[in-house]
Parts: sequence; C-alpha cells; structure tokens
Amino acid sequence: MRQERLSLVLSVGLLAGLAVVPLVTAANTVLNFLVFAMILALAAHGWNLLAGYAGQFSFGHAAFFGVGAYGGALLQMRAGINPWVAFLGGIMLAGIVGAVIGALSFRADLRGSYFSLVTLAFAEVLRILVNATPATGGAAGLLIPLDVRFANFQFASRAAFYWIALALVALVTLLMLVIENTRFGAYLTAIRENEDAARALGVDVFAEKIKAMTLSAAITGAAGGLYAQYFLYLDANIGFGPWISIEALVAPIIGGLGTAAGPLVGALALQMLGEMSKTVAGRIPGIDLVLFGLLLVLVIAFMRRGVVGQLQRLAMARGGA
Amino acid sequence: MMFSPEIVMAAVLNGVMTGSVYALIALGLTLVYGVLHIINFAHGAMLTAAMFAVFVGHAVFRIDPYAMIAVVAPLFFALGYALQRWVIGPAAHGSESNVLLVTLGLSIMIENALLAGFRSDTRSIDVPYAFSSLDLGFTFLSVPRLVAFGVSIAVAFLLWLLLARTDAGKAIRAVAKEPTGAELVGIRVEHVFAVTFGLGAACVAVAACLLMPTFYVSPRIGNAFVLVAFTIVVLGGMGSIPGAVLGALFVGVVESLSGLFFNESLAQLGVFLIFILVLLLRPRGLFGAKA
Repeated sequence: MRQERLSLVLSVGLLAGLAVVPLVTAANTVLNFLVFAMILALAAHGWNLLAGYAGQFSFGHAAFFGVGAYGGALLQMRAGINPWVAFLGGIMLAGIVGAVIGALSFRADLRGSYFSLVTLAFAEVLRILVNATPATGGAAGLLIPLDVRFANFQFASRAAFYWIALALVALVTLLMLVIENTRFGAYLTAIRENEDAARALGVDVFAEKIKAMTLSAAITGAAGGLYAQYFLYLDANIGFGPWISIEALVAPIIGGLGTAAGPLVGALALQMLGEMSKTVAGRIPGIDLVLFGLLLVLVIAFMRRGVVGQLQRLAMARGGA
Repeated sequence: MMFSPEIVMAAVLNGVMTGSVYALIALGLTLVYGVLHIINFAHGAMLTAAMFAVFVGHAVFRIDPYAMIAVVAPLFFALGYALQRWVIGPAAHGSESNVLLVTLGLSIMIENALLAGFRSDTRSIDVPYAFSSLDLGFTFLSVPRLVAFGVSIAVAFLLWLLLARTDAGKAIRAVAKEPTGAELVGIRVEHVFAVTFGLGAACVAVAACLLMPTFYVSPRIGNAFVLVAFTIVVLGGMGSIPGAVLGALFVGVVESLSGLFFNESLAQLGVFLIFILVLLLRPRGLFGAKA
C-alpha cells in the first residue's frame, strides 16, 4: 500500500473511532485526555508540514502556539472581539509571525541546525518578553473570563469542544493529503531532498519555504488558540515554553515524519505515555519528558519512519502492492 | 552616561574572566563541530549535569569544587566517549538532522531527569573563598574568577598542545580533514570521533567546576550558557579553536560592559537577541572560517 493510501485509511479509521467516544462515555478524564491529544495533534501537524514535508526542523514551534493562544485571548479580552473571530485572528497572527521569522531566517540562508537554533531562540525571546510585559498578564498569566455560551466559544459540555477540536484535526489531515498531491507538496519534497537541486530546477525555494512556514505556524497557532479556549488560562511557560516545541516535534516523529497520519498517531501515543508515567511516577516533574526524549532517540535509532512507516512495511510484507 | 576609566577597566577585566569560562564551553562545542561536523545540542545539558555533579560532590562528600576537576573531567570524558560511540553515532545513521534530533532527545532526557531528581530550585555551594579578592588599586579582582581564567587558559593551551603536538592530535586533525582518507591509512575513525566528543564533554566538565564556586545551578541553566557558546562559536567561525577563544573573550567583555548600561533583567533577553542577530547577519563568523 502506498504511504498516502495508508495514511488516508489510518486517519479515517482513527478519526471515526475517536468521534464516537463521547457517545460511549462521558467521563471527564477520558474527554480531557482526548481534547489534549487533539490539541497536540494539531500542533504536531503544523510542525510536520515544515519538518516532515519541507525538511526544515524547527525547535521553536512554541512561538506559534503561543502567538495563537495569546493572540486569541488578547483579541477577545482587550479588544472585545468575538472569541470565534479572535480565535481566527490568533491563527492569522501566528501565520504572520511564522512568515516574518521564516523570511528573516531563510533570507540569511539558515539551513539545518542553524535554522533549528534560530527558531529556538525566537521562541525564547517571545517567552521572556511575554513574561515581562504587563499587557500580556506578565508572570501572573492571563485568565479568560468564564462565560459559558456558544457565542463565546465556551461550552458546558466537554464533548462539544472535543468534536470541534477533532473536526479541526480532520480538516488539517485532509489539507495535508491534498498538499501531498499538489505542485506545492512536490516543491516541498524537492526542497527537503536537495534544496540546491530544487533551485536549479526552477523552484522558488525561498517563496515555497515561506509558504510552508506560514501555513505551519498558522496550524500550530490554531492548537494554541484551542488550548486557550479550553483551559481559559495562559502563562508564558504554557504558551511559549519548550514543552510544546518538544511535544509538537516528538509526536510526528513517533507517528511517522512527513506522513499525514503521523501527527495524530504520535499525539495519541505521547499522550498515553504521558498519562501512564503520571500514574506510575506520580507528580514528579519531568518524568514524562524524560520518556519522550528516550522515545525520540529510540525511534530515530530503530524506526526512522515511525509507526506509519512500520505499518507500511508490514502491509508490504503481506503482499500489498 | 559616562563612567570613569577605572570602572570601565574593571568591567573589561571582569568580562575577560567570564569570557574565559565561556571559551571553555565554546571550545568543546567547536571541537566537536570541527571534527565530527555535527552540532551537539546536548552540550548545555552536559554542562548542567556536570554542575550538579560538582554540587553533589560538595554537598555530600565535602569535596572542593576545584578538586572535583580530577573527578568530573575523566568521568565526563568517558561519558562523552560512550555517548558518541554507542548512542549518537549508531543512532544517527550519518544524517545531520538525525544527529540534531538524537542530541535534542538526549538533552531533554538529561535536563528532565535532573528536574525530577533535584526539582527546579536553584542551588549553590558555599566555599570560604567565594568572595575573596585581590586589590589591584583601582579595583578588586575576584579570586575564584581569576582561578577560572587561569585554568581555562591552561586547558585551552593543553588542548592546543594535544591537537598540534601529539599523534592522537594528528589523528584527530586527519579525521577532521578527510575521514575516508584517515580510515584508509588505518585510523579508527569511530574511535577518534568518540575521543573528540569525550574531549568536548571534559571541557564542559572543567567549566562546571570553575563556575560552581561563584554561580548557581538549576536543571535548565545549561540553555543560557549553551546559547552564549553557540553565539561565540558562530562569531568565531564554526570549528575554529582560536576563533572560539577570541569570540568568547569578546562576548565576555561585551556582556560585562553592557551590564553597566542596561538593567540586569534584560541580560537574559540580550543573550538570545544577540544570538539571533549574529546568525541572521553574519553566519560565516567574524574571524573568517566558513560556517
């Protein structure tokens, strides 16, 4: 089976299965778990577009998660904009920040490790600035006023919020499957495999990388916006902290780098691992991240193409064409 | 704002002292880059781990931080050797992005294991000479910083001697220039890679011993130092040892002088901003060597 077909089948199966969960159980722990997995999957999709498809490994996607989260929250709290519109505004702001960081970095021709390092530094700069600025709530953080109404993007039922998050993940998965079959997707693959060769063949490398970065940042920004609406609280370490840069990167690598199903598969796996570590180790800080780091090393060493790649190999071994 | 020459002179001296410890951290980074052509993202986490080792050595066994050099430098050399030989090398399958991701994975593991073990509190050690100083007439020079300066310069000199004057150094230089050719004349390239990585780790271990008498440690402290070290290495030219030393002294002095003009809380931000600016404006380094 081709990777795209496998990703399609896997995504449809998973999403359909996930969609019926609230009909089976209304347990808060289950729904919390799933909402968080969807937020992570969305952030991971954004990272995967840039790294998995275009070969640019960002270590600072927290920048876009944070801009999406803070952008949405501040637009509704300080500018009085409707939360749904503010959510979209946050996504657009994240896209703009992505375009600016991309333009600066790619203009300086930062590749490979240099790009990773500079994105990390940008995320840290934003974290420190947000933490020090009174307008963004400073170190105390930002509390979005509780006012449960559909018009406010706040719901009494967790299931409703979960379905919206799930729908967004489905939409982005579809977008990735479409991109794989467009000229844009082919350009990104060409850039990933050999940037100089792609340029020689007439691909406008700079423009395509900026497009990928903008879209990637917007998708991860949407994850941040969802986080803000669900938890109604933000601080600089939640929005811009290294944790989300790490998780948005580890999830697609576990699931399958550069595949449309990878981010969702990886996000569910990470989330499960995180919960299990909490059950076993209790409230010791950092244990879950130790496991994520270990998993990252193991997957790179032994399973370079992640779960999706492994499934594909199994399917091929069984004789699928 | 004007400052008297004495104050500026004192700030420059202090900057040189701080810069010398940066030089040690940057030397490890640039040595590994120059020979293995990889960026070791776990460099900062290794520094943090070494600082905690010095902390534990002092808190539990009452060993002086300077005496700890004899313990942690060989220990970290062995750890670095093992990491490169049996973890990073095999796991990376020779791809740059894999190396970056594997060393990122390692740094996440080290940092968070330290967080789990020591929590996020900052810790420091108490030594009787922490505040002793020499009177230079126009200013006081902190003794621990003077020791740090002397030891850093000595280590840099030893490293240069090793690379320039010994057979092991010749092998390292051969591998750096032409790994395939080195392999053909019988040099065990994997071994040389691991030795180089071990030397890089030993450099941060020594830096940790020099830092602990006057500085504090927390699980995430390595990040700030490593970005300073990256800035230095990029300024000095990736892989260039004199570049790293000059770059480090330069950054140390700039940091110390800007401390006179800007308030303290901006310092943390400054590290990252300078790093971004250096990368965006001058990716090839100020001192020539091509990035």
